[in-house]
Amino acid sequence: MEPLSNLLSSKKDYYAGALMTLIGVGAILEARHYNLGTLFHMGPGFFPIILGVTMTGLGIVIAAAAVTEGGDQLVIPKPEWRAWACILAGPILFIFLGNYGGLVPATFACVFVSAMGDREATLKSSLILATGITFFGVLLFSYLLQVSLPMWRWGGV
Amino acid sequence: MIYQALSDLFDGFRVALELHNIGFTFLGVLLGNVVGVLPGMGVLATISILLPLTFGMKPVAAILMLAGVFYGSQYGGAICSILLNLPCHPPHAVTCLDGYPLTKQGKGGVALGITVIASFVGASWGITEMTFLAPVLVQVALKFGPAEVCSLMLLGLLAGSTLARGSPIKGVAMTVFGLLLGIVGADIETGTPRFAFGMTELDDGVEIVALALGLFGIAEFMNTVNQTAPIDTKYTNVRLRDMWPSKADFKLALAPMLRGTVLGSLCSLIPGTGPTIASFVSYAVEKKVSRTPERFGHGALEGVACPEASTHSSVQGDFIPTMSLGIPGDAVMALLLGALTIQGIVPGPQLISQHPDVFWGLVASFWVGNIMLVILNVPMIGLWVKLLTIPYRYLYPSALFFICIGVYSTNNDMFQVGETIVIGVFGYILLQLGFHPAPILLGFVLGPRFEENFRRAMLISRGDLMVFLERPISAFFVFLCVVLIVAQIVVRLRSNGRPKTEEAIPRPAE
Repeated sequence: MEPLSNLLSSKKDYYAGALMTLIGVGAILEARHYNLGTLFHMGPGFFPIILGVTMTGLGIVIAAAAVTEGGDQLVIPKPEWRAWACILAGPILFIFLGNYGGLVPATFACVFVSAMGDREATLKSSLILATGITFFGVLLFSYLLQVSLPMWRWGGV
Repeated sequence: MIYQALSDLFDGFRVALELHNIGFTFLGVLLGNVVGVLPGMGVLATISILLPLTFGMKPVAAILMLAGVFYGSQYGGAICSILLNLPCHPPHAVTCLDGYPLTKQGKGGVALGITVIASFVGASWGITEMTFLAPVLVQVALKFGPAEVCSLMLLGLLAGSTLARGSPIKGVAMTVFGLLLGIVGADIETGTPRFAFGMTELDDGVEIVALALGLFGIAEFMNTVNQTAPIDTKYTNVRLRDMWPSKADFKLALAPMLRGTVLGSLCSLIPGTGPTIASFVSYAVEKKVSRTPERFGHGALEGVACPEASTHSSVQGDFIPTMSLGIPGDAVMALLLGALTIQGIVPGPQLISQHPDVFWGLVASFWVGNIMLVILNVPMIGLWVKLLTIPYRYLYPSALFFICIGVYSTNNDMFQVGETIVIGVFGYILLQLGFHPAPILLGFVLGPRFEENFRRAMLISRGDLMVFLERPISAFFVFLCVVLIVAQIVVRLRSNGRPKTEEAIPRPAE
């Protein structure tokens, strides 16, 4: 066993195990509402409960293994807030503009905004990329593959 | 039996050589080669993006193209490793060790030439193996009842999660998580919506395209953005005539190629050990049998030839359990099975007899595709090398758009784009906590069939769990599961305290 100070330090696998246990317990709590049935005639709740229990157990083992064996410290990488925000904002804008503006604005916004996430990206380079992909995307998806999303639409689905 | 296989293969060629099937095979291997070359693009993400586009296609063409992306990317991946020292694709990480030193010595062209030859040799053997072995396996598997199928799936899931990269127990946790995700939606027997949390959009289950693109697209981009090393193009000037290996080089590489081929095909027969493990094992073996092991790591041609042959032999061999038993060995195979299911083809031992055009067409297309790849890679090497220099900052925004439109077009539903984003964020958290998300897909694809067979087996045995041990074939699979778990525990206890060797290899993007 390691000294207590090590035990309490934030090892990566404590969080990993905790997260798995959380998922497991969550699954059990939710699956309680389904009919369990018997081993002979299994109801919809049986399999989820087995998985939930397994998951909870695995989570505990992962965390416990970190106590006895060391394991890596949790290294929080230098947060890339701008990049993360841009990568997530791209698809979110795609959903929004896809519903209220059509394929063209959705594509342009998605590519442009997510491209701005890279540290070396400039306004100009992102604009060029977004224009190019929009042109290509409309050609491929609207004309060639006939995706049901209209190129333009104003407000509302 | 042999005659039968050959005549079936002949029929397969008739399918594979139909003009539009050739076209889609070509498209697949071409795209595969491109994403293989591009640093930071994963083959899983590519196949998932293409998946929705195949819904309207005929099943044969769809599966030919998607499979082509997979083995095509293996050809491209080596270029990245040898010329840039970037392990873009895990199976080729080990090729960096000797490929890049060769490049620095000005012999990058020869290394690439040998790679193409080794790849073709390895692939040829893998395909031959599939031609003759798969029908035999099917004969056995057709006799399986629900209990056997269940135990076999359990073995496949365990092997797939523990033998892959990273911590075995975390791999198992990811598989269970995949199984849980597979439950989402209406129960097959009673129709009760499970884990839908009141969202009617989830009644049909989690969309496989959204899951794959969240995990291998969005999560991967969040992990890789601003982390890519600047690409060093100093050595990328390779011309066609540099690729032709001299007689001495060829002689040096021939035996390693054959050894790698055999090792790769052995690895592919063990469920869960895909091309990545095959290449690592064969590199280690080659170093051990070499009379001059000190040359390894400083540009030994054998260190390129052996793992490359092994990778390709294993890549083709991976299709054997997937297509003949319906048990995928890794995430890519799981995705291909998902594609088959979407086309209305039930994977399993009955596939060969019910859809001979799909199976034999696929085998024949492997020959067609691999020959195309050799032709693509030799004269067009200059073009592939140019592709290497496309910076990541142009790639990922474009890929994000393809992800959005791809997920949307699966069901014409924006809800699923949102689903992808949520899965992506969660996938990123998993990555940070040291989980490899690939087994999630394995569990997700096998989950519903596993549950169905489990329930059926219990119904037949009147709720007696001993049925899994009383039937000999099932007992054998259960025995293998136990061996696998015990072996993992022994390895873990033994390696305790020793430094991990895996971390020495740069982390490849997948």
